[in-house]
Amino acid sequence: MSDHEYTPKSKLGKWFNDRLPLLTLSNHLQEYPTPKNLNYWWTFGGILTFCLITQIVTGLILAMHYVASADLAFGSVEHIMRDVNYGWLMRYVHANGASMFFLAVYIHIFRSLYYGSYKSPREVIWIIGMIIYFLMMATAFMGYVLPWGQMSFWGATVITNLFSAIPFVGESVTNWLWGGYAVDNPTLTRFYSLHYLFPFLIFGLVILHIWALHVPGNNNPIGIDLKKPSKDTVPFHPYIVIKDLFALLIFLIVFAFFVFYSPNILGHADNYIEANPLVTPAHIVPEWYLLPFYAILRSIPDKLFGVIAMFAAIFVLVILPWLDTSKVRSAIFRPLYKQFYWFLVADVLILGYVGAMPAEGLYLLVARVATAYYFLHFLVILPILGAKEKTLDVPLSLTEPILGGSPKEAMVKKNKEI
Amino acid sequence: MEEDKKTNRRDFIFTASYALGAVGVGAVVWPLIDQMNPDASVKALASTEVDVSGVERGQSITVLWRGKPVFIRRRTEEEIAKAKDVKLEDLPHPETDEDRAKNPEWLVMLGVCTHLGCVPLGDKGEYGGWFCPCHGSHYDTSGRIRKGPAPTNMEVPKYEFVNSNTIKIG
Repeated sequence: MSDHEYTPKSKLGKWFNDRLPLLTLSNHLQEYPTPKNLNYWWTFGGILTFCLITQIVTGLILAMHYVASADLAFGSVEHIMRDVNYGWLMRYVHANGASMFFLAVYIHIFRSLYYGSYKSPREVIWIIGMIIYFLMMATAFMGYVLPWGQMSFWGATVITNLFSAIPFVGESVTNWLWGGYAVDNPTLTRFYSLHYLFPFLIFGLVILHIWALHVPGNNNPIGIDLKKPSKDTVPFHPYIVIKDLFALLIFLIVFAFFVFYSPNILGHADNYIEANPLVTPAHIVPEWYLLPFYAILRSIPDKLFGVIAMFAAIFVLVILPWLDTSKVRSAIFRPLYKQFYWFLVADVLILGYVGAMPAEGLYLLVARVATAYYFLHFLVILPILGAKEKTLDVPLSLTEPILGGSPKEAMVKKNKEI
Repeated sequence: MEEDKKTNRRDFIFTASYALGAVGVGAVVWPLIDQMNPDASVKALASTEVDVSGVERGQSITVLWRGKPVFIRRRTEEEIAKAKDVKLEDLPHPETDEDRAKNPEWLVMLGVCTHLGCVPLGDKGEYGGWFCPCHGSHYDTSGRIRKGPAPTNMEVPKYEFVNSNTIKIG
C-alpha cells in the first residue's frame, strides 16, 4: 500500500473526500508503487478486466433481443444475426470474447505458476482468482446452452449428468437442476437467469482480487520482496497504464482477427442445428477451454471417480500455495522447477488435445498418462522439489545485480529470510 | 453458583432463539429451493401411449416420454437368443433378459446412456446392441451395459400393453 497520504487539491474535492474517501481510493490507481521490472506477462490483469467489461456490455445488448424459451431461443439468435442492427457484431464479439477471456486467463494463471505469484503473502489473491476462474467456467458453460443448438443441448445434458454420479441423491439433484426429467425449457430459463447473474459476481470478486493485490503489492519476475516506494518501483500511472494499454492493443488485434475473419472457427458446426432431444451428435466436445478437464473426466473408466478426478483437478490448484513448499518464488532461480513447469504446460496442452479426440485406443492411453502426470506434478513433484531442490542465489534488490554495491544491513537481513 | 445459574438461563434463551431463527430461515429458504424442482405441468406429462402396429421384427422406434427418448424394439429371435445366452456373472449390472423384457419380442427402455445421458446408437457396438458415441459405452441386445464407463443397464420404465398394438409408457 502506498505510504503517501493523499489530499485533493480543490476545496470541493477535499470536502467530498472527507465525507467519502473515494478520491483517495482512485489515487490508489495512480501512485500505487509497482515493480519496475514487470514484463508483458503482467499485462493480462488489465486485459482480463477489459474482457469482463466487454462480455457484460455485449451480453446486456444481446439480452435485449434474445428470447429464453426452448421454442424461440434458436430462432431469436438467428434473428440477432440477420435482423438486429449490428446484432452479428454483438454476438460474434460475445461468443469469441468468451474464448479470448479464457485465453487471457490461462496466460494469467500460468504466469502466476512460473513466477510463484501464488506464494505467501499472496495466497488469498490466488484463491479469489481460482473462484473467479471456476465461476467463469460455469458462466461460459451456461452461456453456451442459450442458443439451444445441438451442442448446447447435449453439452448441457452431459455436464448436468455429472451430478447424477453423486451417490443416493444423484437423480434428485439432476431433476432439481433440470426442473424436469431431462434438459428442457425450465433448464434453459434458469441457465439464462444465472448466466446474467454470474458476471456481476465475478465483477465483485475482481474488486476483491485487486484489493487483495494492493495489500502486499505486485509480485515481479525476480520474485523478491521490494521496498515500496523505492528505486525498484514506479508509479502505476503512467508507466504501467501505458504498458497495459499497448499490450491490450496487441491483444485486440488477435481478438479482431477472430471476430472479423473466422468468427466460427472456435465454435462447433453442430450448434447451428436446433436442439433435438432424440439425436445425440456423433461426437460431443465442449468448448476448447474446458477440454483438459473433459479429458481427465473421460480418462477414468468409472463414472463417480471420473467426476471426482475432474473436480479434484481444479481443487488441487486452490491448495497450490501449500503444495509448493519452496521458499523461492520465481522459476528463474529454480532450475528444476523451471523444467517441471514446462512439462506441466505440455501436459495440459496434451490433455486439451486428447479431450477433443474420441475416447478410444491410443488417445485414451495418452489421456490416462497425462491425467496421472497432472496430479503427480502437484501432489508429489512440487512438495519434493520444495525440500530437495538447490535454488540459485536470489538478488537482494532489483538494482543489486547491475549496480552491485553493499546494500543496507537491514535489507540484507530481510531478503535472506525469503 | 448463582452466577452460573444466571448464565445458564441466558444460554437457554439464546439457544432457543437461534433454533427458532434457524427454523424460520429454513421455512423461507425451502420455497426458494423447491421452485426449481419439476413443476406441475412437467409432472402432468407422466404417461404416453404409443401405437406399435407398424413396427416389424428387427425394427425399433424412438418416442419422447417426459423429455427423454424411449427405445421400443421388436427383437428378432436371434437377438432374444443372444440376450438370454449371457451368463449373469459376465454382467457388470446383473439382470436377466426375462426381467427386462416381459414379452421377449418387445424391449422397451429409456434410450439414455446411464453414464452422462447421451442417446446411444442402435445396431452398433461390440455386443450387437447399442453403442454410446459420447464416451464409448457398449450395450447388448437387452440394453445391458457390457463395456465402458456407464455404471448400470439402460433403465426399463413402467409400461404395459393396452392392447396388442398399443404400449402405454408411464
